[in-house]
Amino acid sequence: MAAVLPASTSTQQPPTVKRRSRTAYFLLAPGMGWLAVFFAVPFITLFVTSLQVPVPGQSGRYMPAFDLMNYPEALSAYSEQFIRSFVYAGIATVLALIIAYPLAYFIAFRGGQWKGLLLVLVIAPTFASFLLRTYAWRTILADEGPITSFLNALSVLPQDRILNTGIAVIAGLTYNFLPFMILPLYAALDRMDPRLIEASGDLYAHPATTFRKVVWPLSLPGVVAGTLLTFIPAFGDYINAQLLGSTGDRMIGNAIQINFIQFRDYPIAAALSIMLMALILVIVFVYIRRAGTEELV
Amino acid sequence: MTERRIVEDLHLRDLTKKYGELAAVDDLDLTIPAGSFFALLGASGCGKTTTLRMVAGLEDPSSGTISIGERDITGLRAYKRPVNTVFQSYALFPHMDIFENVAFGLRRRGVKDVKGPVEEMLELVELAPMARRKPTQLSGGQQQRVAVARALINQPDVLLLDEPLGALDLKLRRQMQIELKRIQTEVGITFVHVTHDQEEAMTMADTVAVMNAGRIEQLGHPADIYELPRTVFVANFLGQSNLFAGVKTGTSGELITVESHGQTFGVPLARNSAEGSDMYVGVRPEKMTILDEPDAHKVPDSHNRLTGAVTDVSYTGVSTQYLVNTDWGQDITVFEQNVLVGDRCDVGDRVIVHWAPEHSFGLAR
Repeated sequence: MAAVLPASTSTQQPPTVKRRSRTAYFLLAPGMGWLAVFFAVPFITLFVTSLQVPVPGQSGRYMPAFDLMNYPEALSAYSEQFIRSFVYAGIATVLALIIAYPLAYFIAFRGGQWKGLLLVLVIAPTFASFLLRTYAWRTILADEGPITSFLNALSVLPQDRILNTGIAVIAGLTYNFLPFMILPLYAALDRMDPRLIEASGDLYAHPATTFRKVVWPLSLPGVVAGTLLTFIPAFGDYINAQLLGSTGDRMIGNAIQINFIQFRDYPIAAALSIMLMALILVIVFVYIRRAGTEELV
Repeated sequence: MTERRIVEDLHLRDLTKKYGELAAVDDLDLTIPAGSFFALLGASGCGKTTTLRMVAGLEDPSSGTISIGERDITGLRAYKRPVNTVFQSYALFPHMDIFENVAFGLRRRGVKDVKGPVEEMLELVELAPMARRKPTQLSGGQQQRVAVARALINQPDVLLLDEPLGALDLKLRRQMQIELKRIQTEVGITFVHVTHDQEEAMTMADTVAVMNAGRIEQLGHPADIYELPRTVFVANFLGQSNLFAGVKTGTSGELITVESHGQTFGVPLARNSAEGSDMYVGVRPEKMTILDEPDAHKVPDSHNRLTGAVTDVSYTGVSTQYLVNTDWGQDITVFEQNVLVGDRCDVGDRVIVHWAPEHSFGLAR
């Protein structure tokens, strides 16, 4: 360690530097260990599984191999689910942004003494189980329920129902990940000096211009963080599609789940999982580059 | 920015701002002459910032009107007013560079060619080399000048400054006071400056209005207000004053005589603002002279005088500040210029304090 340091530093205080670096490794150890056990090992296992081939004559049993064909096979079988996941998660993210932005803005600038309470209310639904809340949406969106009846009376629903359609899945995704959109947006907006808004108005900016030129650009780190925190889990989610959608609305998460649990086709399921991760990584990378922000955290 | 603009007076008429029952600004009537450097001076919570925000359009008055010349701007939204503000915390847009910050107002009004005016403005505040920096890369004093440039470039009828120097250290503050005064003289725009720093108000402004509890206590040239305060609040807020409670007993020529704690003080008739006979006799500490008791014969006969004991002496270089406990137990302050070396009174000395009656002023009690 001392050898890589500049000579002056190493001669002046070698013991301190050494002790400090040792302390750093010591402090890092639990985190690194956690990552190794719960990320590296499962990931490698998953990758190895994705290359396995079936043991001939024994269904549900696989042996080590290096069969890269599992990937194109899985992709061609489930490309539809990949695309649908992207579209559903994308729409849900945009909807969540549209709903969350005014709410976060209101809490940040008008919340006053109620800020804390309002934030608790935003998070409160997550105290109940994800599964339970999604089930509840079955009742809310039920065919004989008030929402569906009302919208049917206006005859705006393409399939005369919401439950078991893509609309229900998107609604579920939007609802379930909304808090993850609101919180980063709130954090970004709350940090903003309200005097900037006054200054903008003082400098002849119409309120709409003030939003476009001052509030929105300054909230971008929150927007980027919020959309990622919504999009990533929504993209891989399968509960909403399973509980609220029909078989025609399945997402990639459902495909992985079915292959693992029902078909016991572990290599295909593993290949799908790895492709999902890679795809999300690429999407996030492109998105952050486009959003042009280094102030993500 | 070289041509001087013809600007008009700013009028505040019966301006009131109530928060619930409390009147932050109470029936304010004020005319600020075009092209003047006007300071609203007062302690925090006196309503000076609220007044400024109402002029800027950031706060709606409960009643009253604001107009520039003949034009009533009371109901105008902030972004439509010919008024710009330099905010206390500067409120520079952190995501824009200095150039864009300064260009902001021009762009909003649809000015196509902003480069010339912006560069000229940055030149005026001596920040031309900083045009492409972000606000956070600038020092406090530089940020302050950007804030001034960003407001001034719009050539407003009135420039409002909300404690603009509050965040700067003392030396920089002195420098910026001179700088702001120079800029104001150069552009000829009406500056309305809100501050709690009486020294700042006095060095910069042509006219100072001392505010207290939502009202203006006194308005005038800084020297006039200082030399002749009209209320107890002003006498104590703007500099220091020694006030002696007394009763008016008569008039002799140009002076009125006041009985106070067994002493008789003379106050010029023209310098008495008390209407009744219960009044205070006031005098500024630097107008008083302190003498050791044995030198009593040196006091001119016409002078007001009192006796007491020195309880504290602080030497500040230019002057020595004495705390004197009078015979009736009141603590008074006396500033003595350090003209002679070694000619000082000590704690415990019996002394005579005297001053020319024309330096006294009378206040209502």
